[in-house]
Amino acid sequence: MLRRLSIAVAGGLLLVSAVAGCGGDDGAAGGGSSGGGDDKITLGFAQVGAESGWRTANTKSIEESAATAGFELKFVDGQGKQENQIKAIRNFITQRVDVIAFSPVVESGWDTVLKEAKDAGIPVILTDRAIDSPDTSLYKTFIGSDFVEEGKKAGEWLVKEYQGKTDTVNIVELQGSPGAAPANDRKAGFADVIKADPKFKVVASQTGQFTRTDGKAVMETFLKSQPDIDVLYAHNDDMGLGAIEAIEAAGKKPGTDIKIITVDAVKDGMTALADGKINFIVECSPLLGPQLMDLVKKVKAGETIPQRVLTEETTFTPEQAKEALPNRKY
Amino acid sequence: MTILRHRLFWPIAVLVVLLLSNLIFSNNFFKVTLLDGHLYGSLIDILRRSAPLVLVALGMTLVIATGGIDLSVGSVMAISGALACLLIGDLSNPDAVGPVLLVVVAAIALCVVAGLWNGFLVAVLGIQPIIATLILMVAGRGVAQLITDGQILNVHSSPYRVIGAGYFLAVPVSFLIAAVAVALTVALTRRTALGLLLESVGGSPTASRLAGIRSRRITVMVYVCAAAFAGVAGLIYSSDISSADSNAAGNLIELNAILAVVLGGTALTGGRFSIAGSVLGAVIITTLDITAVSVGVPVETTLLFKAIVVIILCLAQSATFRAKVFGRFGTRRAEVPA
Repeated sequence: MLRRLSIAVAGGLLLVSAVAGCGGDDGAAGGGSSGGGDDKITLGFAQVGAESGWRTANTKSIEESAATAGFELKFVDGQGKQENQIKAIRNFITQRVDVIAFSPVVESGWDTVLKEAKDAGIPVILTDRAIDSPDTSLYKTFIGSDFVEEGKKAGEWLVKEYQGKTDTVNIVELQGSPGAAPANDRKAGFADVIKADPKFKVVASQTGQFTRTDGKAVMETFLKSQPDIDVLYAHNDDMGLGAIEAIEAAGKKPGTDIKIITVDAVKDGMTALADGKINFIVECSPLLGPQLMDLVKKVKAGETIPQRVLTEETTFTPEQAKEALPNRKY
Repeated sequence: MTILRHRLFWPIAVLVVLLLSNLIFSNNFFKVTLLDGHLYGSLIDILRRSAPLVLVALGMTLVIATGGIDLSVGSVMAISGALACLLIGDLSNPDAVGPVLLVVVAAIALCVVAGLWNGFLVAVLGIQPIIATLILMVAGRGVAQLITDGQILNVHSSPYRVIGAGYFLAVPVSFLIAAVAVALTVALTRRTALGLLLESVGGSPTASRLAGIRSRRITVMVYVCAAAFAGVAGLIYSSDISSADSNAAGNLIELNAILAVVLGGTALTGGRFSIAGSVLGAVIITTLDITAVSVGVPVETTLLFKAIVVIILCLAQSATFRAKVFGRFGTRRAEVPA
């Protein structure tokens, strides 16, 4: 009796999920009926998902700037799955959108579907993340941040800050998730700049997994195992924010006793920067909407555009943070 | 010789070796000082940071003792932290102790509901535990993200901070919470018949029922316990960083908790269980994490380093393996079948 009931419930659940799945499809297809209008540009955008505040801001920027540019935007959330994005791109092709843009969940496995888009004559733009296909004719351009450059900017600030001093500068580094492009590149760019001067010494470098908890935990251990720490370089704001808690708990003053450099410039990080708890933030901006729309317009008009476009990004000192904070969107 | 046969011998040996390697390879590991009126040092960090995993492993031990498994604990942690931070954000005075306590109770109550749901699926509908709790593992993180709207919620509340980052009489509060939970569980399972009933349900639910044990009620109870402990762990986790991060909170902790239980010598097949073993397992895992950082194991090899330690421990615990390797020395104890 019980077993039969459980089978019934399991079956019911499956049915519900199947129906929900269909619902999702209907939504995407339903939006398609009005696609391909005569003079209005239609942009199909397949997003990664909504996994972080950064991503949410990225989505918002694209939606808002598409509305401002007067484009019709068909937006699909891939929920972190490649197959969802591939399905979405196929839908865009059948709907005959003018331009397809997407932020690939993973680097590989896009050749087939992008070939289909190419055959259909629909130009493709990659945003924020790259693909590893050797065939660069599959997409028109890739717009996103240069993580190596971000690491370099962080290193350059450090070099300037300690200009004219000869004492050894002991640096600890909180890396992002092992193997992730932002972690590898931010480490490499930073190391590249500071290696010119032997007074800069990275005494410890461990992963904080891009999260606050791990940032705090690893910093706690650094503070005990490293007798002398002058500078902390964290690959994102969240790890830096966690580390601030650890530094405060150790009875030291973040920003004064230990100088802190982070990357991202999300709102929480900017607040800490304005409070003087962080000394310098390199921006990694999700707000690439306006630049993307510009590229879409150029691609549609048949103009040639560069294969690689960098997101417009800056860096922040505490004073600049105070100024920028009131209208920080994310 | 008898000490070698104690089932906690090998976990304790590994813990001692880990601590000793810190003595040799890292600076000031055993230095404990008094800073701003509380204890400060790496050993204190181990106590403080073990707390969430100890709590989750405690619940997991009870569930595994009944022959089940709970994969949803990580998501339940995320839910409890998310709800607590959301509610505290709405408080007119987040520094008042009373309302914050109410919030804590509300968050744990929601986790109890999650546990009831798991228990209902397993005990009443008869769905296999790994499937039943998988539902909440996936859906629960979604619920947590819904609560926080996909963002990291920050809170500024001094009473809430005490749970994960505060000290009472110079001792970390999170450690005290975990210690009380362990003491209560040990008292309930070893001083009353409850432990025996748990082991009997784990051995054979049908036979237990025929013997007059309400095995269904016991099964529901262990899932509720596991979820409630996970809820408290979630509060410690989010209080420690004064924010709710529903993507990262409790991520993969279910696997660490299962590992802790197994390292402690409890079999996944149910039946006999060892709370002391699970607590020890959780402390070993935390010590391993801290050791990897303090001795400076390179990032790329950290996971390998952890895997090697765990494999050595598992092999050392296997009587068959010892018999094979140590030959005559171990044959006397090799009567345990492989």
